[in-house]
Amino acid sequence: MGPLLLIAAKDLRQRVRDRSLFLLALVVPFGLAAIFSVVFSGVDRQETATFAVADQDGEQIARTFTEQVLAPLERQRVLRLRTAATEQEARDLIARGQARAAYVIPAGFSRAVLSGRPATLRVIGDANAPIGSFVARSVADAFAAEVRYVQVALAVRGGGSPQEAAAVPAPVTLEDLTAERRQLSLAESFSAGIAVFFLFFTVQFGFSSILDERRDGTLARLLAAPVPRATIAFGKLLSGVVVGVMSMTVLVIASSLLLGARWGHPLGVGLLVVAGVLAATGVMALVATVARSTDQAQNGQAVVAVLLGVLGGVFIPFQQMGEVFVTLSLLTPHRWFLQGLADLHGEHAPVLAPVPTLALLGFAAVTTAIALTRLGRMLRA
Amino acid sequence: MGSPIWVLLGTDPAHQTAIVSTDEILKCRNLRKTFGDLVAVDDVSFTITAGETYGLLGPNGAGKTTTISMIAGILARDGGDVSVCDRPHGTSSAWGKRRIGYVPQDLALYPDLSARENLRFFARLYALGRAEARTRIEEVLEVVGLTDRAKDPVKDYSGGMKRRLNIGVGLLHRPPLLILDEPTAGVDPQSRNAILESVAALTGEGVAVLYTTHYMEEAERLCDRIGIIDLGRIRAEGARRELVALVGELDRITLTADGTRPVPELEALPEVREVGVQEGRLDVMVADARSALPRVLAAATEAGLVVRAVEVHEPNLESVFLHLTGKALRD
Repeated sequence: MGPLLLIAAKDLRQRVRDRSLFLLALVVPFGLAAIFSVVFSGVDRQETATFAVADQDGEQIARTFTEQVLAPLERQRVLRLRTAATEQEARDLIARGQARAAYVIPAGFSRAVLSGRPATLRVIGDANAPIGSFVARSVADAFAAEVRYVQVALAVRGGGSPQEAAAVPAPVTLEDLTAERRQLSLAESFSAGIAVFFLFFTVQFGFSSILDERRDGTLARLLAAPVPRATIAFGKLLSGVVVGVMSMTVLVIASSLLLGARWGHPLGVGLLVVAGVLAATGVMALVATVARSTDQAQNGQAVVAVLLGVLGGVFIPFQQMGEVFVTLSLLTPHRWFLQGLADLHGEHAPVLAPVPTLALLGFAAVTTAIALTRLGRMLRA
Repeated sequence: MGSPIWVLLGTDPAHQTAIVSTDEILKCRNLRKTFGDLVAVDDVSFTITAGETYGLLGPNGAGKTTTISMIAGILARDGGDVSVCDRPHGTSSAWGKRRIGYVPQDLALYPDLSARENLRFFARLYALGRAEARTRIEEVLEVVGLTDRAKDPVKDYSGGMKRRLNIGVGLLHRPPLLILDEPTAGVDPQSRNAILESVAALTGEGVAVLYTTHYMEEAERLCDRIGIIDLGRIRAEGARRELVALVGELDRITLTADGTRPVPELEALPEVREVGVQEGRLDVMVADARSALPRVLAAATEAGLVVRAVEVHEPNLESVFLHLTGKALRD
């Protein structure tokens, strides 16, 4: 075993002894995954809310809505459909909590649309389920816009038969929904955000242990040994990287099992995780070289981890924080990690997320290089 | 502490470090180190030969640790040269570092690891092969009396046990040059005595020892030559007696006797520089009390004095230090 692995192995053995490795690599990621599974299970149910449909019309336009708009959404597990014979039955389903919202298509709806007369599609929402109601209304709005398009088309052509109207292209909401599927679900997004947030705390001990060694007097003995100083520094970094990768791997697997999260192709996710761990290690190492003591380093690292987490959209999606923050978020590894996971997400997602992965490796290279330079100066003094 | 550490080097020639192509194990010339405006070490030069113990004696903050940190390759020097076994040595010299055993003043051990794990780590760091490391670790554990506690975490050890292990780590790779930075700091008298005996035994095996201390008695007892260091500079260097002679102080033999009077027989002795006569007491000033004492006693007896008590006062390094620096060693 070369000196680099020897130093890393010694550090890991110390972490095993003081149980921090167990805590960081197993307990924290498992705990986080378990917490996420409990917290987000309700959210997941909301995402696949049940909508009642009371189709009292049954003609072409009504069937277009139920068969070409609602049914595809059900197949994509965005919502579940439940048929109600009457409006009252739909209302009862909502009242009993068996549906979040209901669509009521009144008799004569299709005929009214095709004759250019005002037509009404009723959406009944559960006041206690605002997200479900919002989704139901959004779908109806999109459909209403398409109905307007059909009416205009028919008007331009000077009228038309119901068959012609039915041949008009169906509302194309699927395209938007496909784009939405490239985003992480709420549970996955929070899981990934918190995971990358904690990653910075997980890897911080690696390089910082140089400060511990200096405090305890063992650094002098390491420096007196026939080992290049860079080897000592890289050995320290390596121990942090190993724990970081272990922790993230456990978290990815646990969240997949407990949350049903689907992160993407294992190769792409693996590379992204490694790049994220390297970036986090580099940033934490850089902060450690600014500190004069272990306590100072830990405090500084905590502040930096929280600041980067906030800017990177861990707690509040950066899109909701304004344009300036969207730009600033590009300066954080968190943003690129989350972006990478989003890119890898979905059925037709690519195997790799090259841009986010390279961005993270860039963070790692720059911060590690600066940290090593600063450490070299520190040790020479 | 159980047995001394000299056995560490062993009598088996295969276990002796093939070191001594030259008698001059360490050579320092014009060492200099500054920290900002502070000149911590200035123009320090000395050499140590095989089997010699060289003491750096000085108060806290005199520059002892900075000097040995540069020699051990821990700290980059601002000026001067260091050579180990005739080869230039510095912070990146792996060759030289393999020939130095460094025992820092701090207990440089990993408290969560056991003694055996600590030793194994440092043995491998010094590139000892697996088999050799295993053998040396067991030897060291035996010698420092920690075989029975080898599996216990170091954090559970007493201060003396840690101190012994600290020294043991420095000897694992059989270095020809051993640097001991205040190895007895905070150690109980029994352990201190054992450490001093061990160091004396190591020099008997041919190891060159650089020993820093601010304990005058240790330096007097252990060191063949002593460099008195203060404010980063070596103020004087030599064997204890040479240093004392440098100051010009004489040993004093005090004879308590009945009916004291001037004794020409004593004054006639070539060793005697001066005789002071007081009521019931004669103060005989000589250059070397230990060698002169028998002749002084014989002369006093021949002169008819009934000597009831004899006291010998030798000027020590404390007084030398005071003379050279104008302050006490422990200031």
